[in-house]
Amino acid sequence: MTDKEWPLYEVFIRSRSGLSHRHAGSVHAADDEMALTNARDTYTRRNEGVSIWVVRSDKIVASDPDEAAAFFEPAKDKVYRHPTFYDIPDEVENL
Amino acid sequence: MTDKELLAAYSTRLGDNALVLGQRMIELVAAGPELEEELANANFALDFIGQARLFYTYAGECEGEGRTEDDFAFLRREHEYRNLLLVEQPNGHFGDLVVRRFLFETFYVYLLDALTRCSDEGLSEIAARAVKEIRYHLRHSRQWLLRLGDGTVESHARVQESLDQLWQFTGEMFVPDELDDAMRAACNGPHLEIIEAEWRKDVSDAVAEATLLLPEDGWMASGGKQGRHSEHLGYLLAEMQFLQRSYPGASW
Repeated sequence: MTDKEWPLYEVFIRSRSGLSHRHAGSVHAADDEMALTNARDTYTRRNEGVSIWVVRSDKIVASDPDEAAAFFEPAKDKVYRHPTFYDIPDEVENL
Repeated sequence: MTDKELLAAYSTRLGDNALVLGQRMIELVAAGPELEEELANANFALDFIGQARLFYTYAGECEGEGRTEDDFAFLRREHEYRNLLLVEQPNGHFGDLVVRRFLFETFYVYLLDALTRCSDEGLSEIAARAVKEIRYHLRHSRQWLLRLGDGTVESHARVQESLDQLWQFTGEMFVPDELDDAMRAACNGPHLEIIEAEWRKDVSDAVAEATLLLPEDGWMASGGKQGRHSEHLGYLLAEMQFLQRSYPGASW
């Protein structure tokens, strides 16, 4: 059965103009066009989006969880890089 | 026939096509081949049923006798339904569904588009809303026609068979009856001859792209628009109307 399963695609949806695309989930599809229609039918039926990206899951290059320490921890103790000293006004959304 | 009677009858017929096809597709809920196709089918079926509701409600308003959408859907008999024979045919396999939807939606999208330009505001508003839904449906059904036709040896053979089988139900779409003629004369309604030419072009393009053969025009079934249906509609209505017939006025 596994070899007959359609490949997996990751779905990214832009909910409003001006915002960036966000990962919404994934769909199975036999080809790119089908991935786009499946994503539309699965993830935007309640008016969630104005734009959709789909990409084959196996085309995504991801960091290795085993290397998380080497990848991310060096940035943790460099507090001067973190913009935590600003007050963000309540009116600013989507920052 | 007054203009109001004409609009009521015409809007009812549009509702019948949408409702019967929607009901056929609803029969397949939980039987989709993939989760994503399952959702697509249910979405599309609900689009059709939503359109039927608008057309019936409008028909009731034009008629002016207080009939609601439910009266049209659940309390009319088989011979009072004026849908095309194509939409009442049993579902068959996935290829049959794709071909039926593609043939009907290619016709329906042009019909709705023409209706957006008719002089009756009520109908043109419903058509403007529905045509967007059907443009998307068509994108989906056309893609599947290409995929199956230009797919494996088996999918090609089966979808060709679907096309050959369903072809006999396409002629009826373009034969104008007195209602079509009256709509054209009174409200600048759709011109079926023009729609047929557009339909033929789109269908033959897609069929060629799908590496399939366009069936030859042979004997064409007809009668749906006059209320003479195939045996299948009665069973569909019996199932759909059972609750309202057994428990009149039931609500929840």
